[in-house]
Amino acid sequence: MADFWSLWIILLTIVSFLLIIWILFANRTRDQGTTEETTGHNYDGIEEYDNPLPAWWFYMFVITIVWGVGYLIAYPGMGNFPGLLGWTQIGQYEERVAAADAEFGAMRRSYLTQSVEEIADDPAVRKMGMRMFGNNCAQCHGADAKGSFGFPNLTDDDWIYGGDAASIKATLVNGRRAAMPAWLAVLGEDGIAATTEYVLSLNGDAVDADLAGEGKQSFTTYCAACHGADGKGNQALGAPNLTNGIWLYGGTREQIAHTLRAGRNGQMPAFSETLSEDKIHILSAYVYGLNK
Amino acid sequence: MSELNHALEHPTYNYKVVRQFAIMTVVWGIVGMLVGVLIAAQLAWPALNTELQYLHFGRLRPLHTNAVIFAFGGSALFATSYYIVQRTCQARLISDKLAAFTFWGWQLVIVSAAITLPLGLTTSKEYAELEWPIDILIAVVWVSYALVFFGTIMKRKTPHIYVANWFLGAFIIAVAVLHIINSMAIPVSMTKSYSAYAGTVDAMVQWWYGHNAVGFFLTAGFLGMMYYFVPKQAGRPVYSYRLSIVHFWALVAVYIWAGPHHLHYTALPDWAQSLGMVMSIILLAPSWGGMINGMMTLSGAWDKLRTDPILRFLVVSLSFYGMSTFEGPMMSIRTVNALSHYTDWTIGHVHSGALGWVAMISIGAIYHLIPILFGKERMYSISLINAHFWMSTIGTVLYIASMWVNGIMQGLMWRAYNQDGTLTYTFVESVAASYPGYVVRVIGGAIFFSGMLLMAYNIFMTTRKDVQPQPAPAAVGAV
Repeated sequence: MADFWSLWIILLTIVSFLLIIWILFANRTRDQGTTEETTGHNYDGIEEYDNPLPAWWFYMFVITIVWGVGYLIAYPGMGNFPGLLGWTQIGQYEERVAAADAEFGAMRRSYLTQSVEEIADDPAVRKMGMRMFGNNCAQCHGADAKGSFGFPNLTDDDWIYGGDAASIKATLVNGRRAAMPAWLAVLGEDGIAATTEYVLSLNGDAVDADLAGEGKQSFTTYCAACHGADGKGNQALGAPNLTNGIWLYGGTREQIAHTLRAGRNGQMPAFSETLSEDKIHILSAYVYGLNK
Repeated sequence: MSELNHALEHPTYNYKVVRQFAIMTVVWGIVGMLVGVLIAAQLAWPALNTELQYLHFGRLRPLHTNAVIFAFGGSALFATSYYIVQRTCQARLISDKLAAFTFWGWQLVIVSAAITLPLGLTTSKEYAELEWPIDILIAVVWVSYALVFFGTIMKRKTPHIYVANWFLGAFIIAVAVLHIINSMAIPVSMTKSYSAYAGTVDAMVQWWYGHNAVGFFLTAGFLGMMYYFVPKQAGRPVYSYRLSIVHFWALVAVYIWAGPHHLHYTALPDWAQSLGMVMSIILLAPSWGGMINGMMTLSGAWDKLRTDPILRFLVVSLSFYGMSTFEGPMMSIRTVNALSHYTDWTIGHVHSGALGWVAMISIGAIYHLIPILFGKERMYSISLINAHFWMSTIGTVLYIASMWVNGIMQGLMWRAYNQDGTLTYTFVESVAASYPGYVVRVIGGAIFFSGMLLMAYNIFMTTRKDVQPQPAPAAVGAV
């Protein structure tokens, strides 16, 4: 903050304190007896006594002012003056984080010497992992990790980006950004309907065979590049398997058509900014163990 | 009876606008509190958020706050300030037309809020959600209000200005400044604007406004109300003139600093947080000055509490005022705030002020006013006032106690951690644990709301020309 504004704040604060102190002491009377004399004013029948300020109230006021002055000497408050104790909220935060790390960090980091697979069954890891999951992952994937519309189930064997330990950890560290393009402009409504029919047929659903046959053409041309010629997906690209009846965005005719028409842009956040490496390691082990 | 005669001796006062605002106080009180009960129920039973977007919690919550603060509280302040300024200055309002404009203008503001907020039109600034065209209307109405009020003070026939008018005057000036500065925005269409401030500055301006809306609208304004109706209803002189001087100036000088305590542990610089906290603590004594002056005014008249439920409303409201103005400074302390912030404790604190202080003193004042404004000897039923008093008190206590329990529990659950360093509870577990408190809140709110229906019935019967007041029950004090 510029010196001018710092001085401005200091000045304004001091003037306010002085005004309050002045108004308080100027109205103090030594005589503490209550009075039956009114001020002589009469407003619509209301009169006023002029009793002295109650002593306990007066001293309470003085104590808070003295405390306030003391606080502003000890802590930041007077503009750029940092306070004698050198307290800052960032400092307090870092202190608490360091204290927590001193208490728990070594214990957590000890798991880094073992692989995700090795610690996935460790009861202590599962307990920590479950609690971390509850506060970091459950908001989307659900407390039971079974997911919901748009958020994958983590307890089954169907993995969009791979269910091996390294893939799970990579998903947690860097996040994932899905990009299913919108096909309406390319396929038109007729093409969407046909392709939808074909995708349904991949799951063995009863379909209009002629329409599905038409759809196979466009599937081969546009969809197979990511989802594969057999529609079984490609984990390297995050293209889901379309043949196993598991649907991230719903498997009804209309839901599939909508996905084709408008595309999907699912996003898994990257946790490397939020959680330390050891925490991600434990969380990866927890998720890895969910479907074992 | 003498009250009535006294009033009729001054046929030159403008009671029409007072009457209009007094009636609308009750109407908007019922509307605002009904919405409050509904959204409290939505928090307890989320399925009540139906397919209809206009009735979702997010749309109705600002409607509730605007309706109770500005429609109910605002109408009560307009009614009582217009009454007090005339009576204590012995002068008619300077302009009936301008006063009528403030009434219809204010009602238009409220109706606009009731339409735009459920439609989802909002600036998203808390207690200042209304979009810019309505903000301009508010500013115009408010400046007119100031003209009427101060104009009437200027032509007073009394040598001095009564203390109630100091508070009301401070309230009118401060709210004008707060509203205009905080509502500065760049419009992009009739229904959309962007704040003139960015980032942390926007947050600070917002809470400078937000906290002083509490300080000047809900505290100074209602202290003005208190300074007239408590001595009037008790028939006793005000306890201490010099105490009113000290606490008035200290209150207005210190309150304006307190806003940053809403932004502890945020991007707001440390120095601003500390100053806000220090001033909030110093605010305790000036706040309590008003309570002392009100309470001590009753010395020598405590027996009247047994027979006069209107006086009970006024005195109990002062108790809630004293309690919440102790709680506020305490919650502004950084370490306490670290526990209480973002929990239901804050909501409980607000409602001990809003229900216990603001609503109860307004209700007491309106019960005092209605017979005078309608030329009746007294309210239709004293027993119903007494029943209303108990419903209000029980409703308020249920509300704030449940939110204390919920708030402290949430704060403790969020910070609890295990021996392995992980958090003991997930957020949703704290929500599940809050369910009983949410249900108690609905019950408390519903009881308070039902009391308002009794009030409406009682007022309706009082204003009817063909109905005589019921005999005052002798046993009222024994209840």
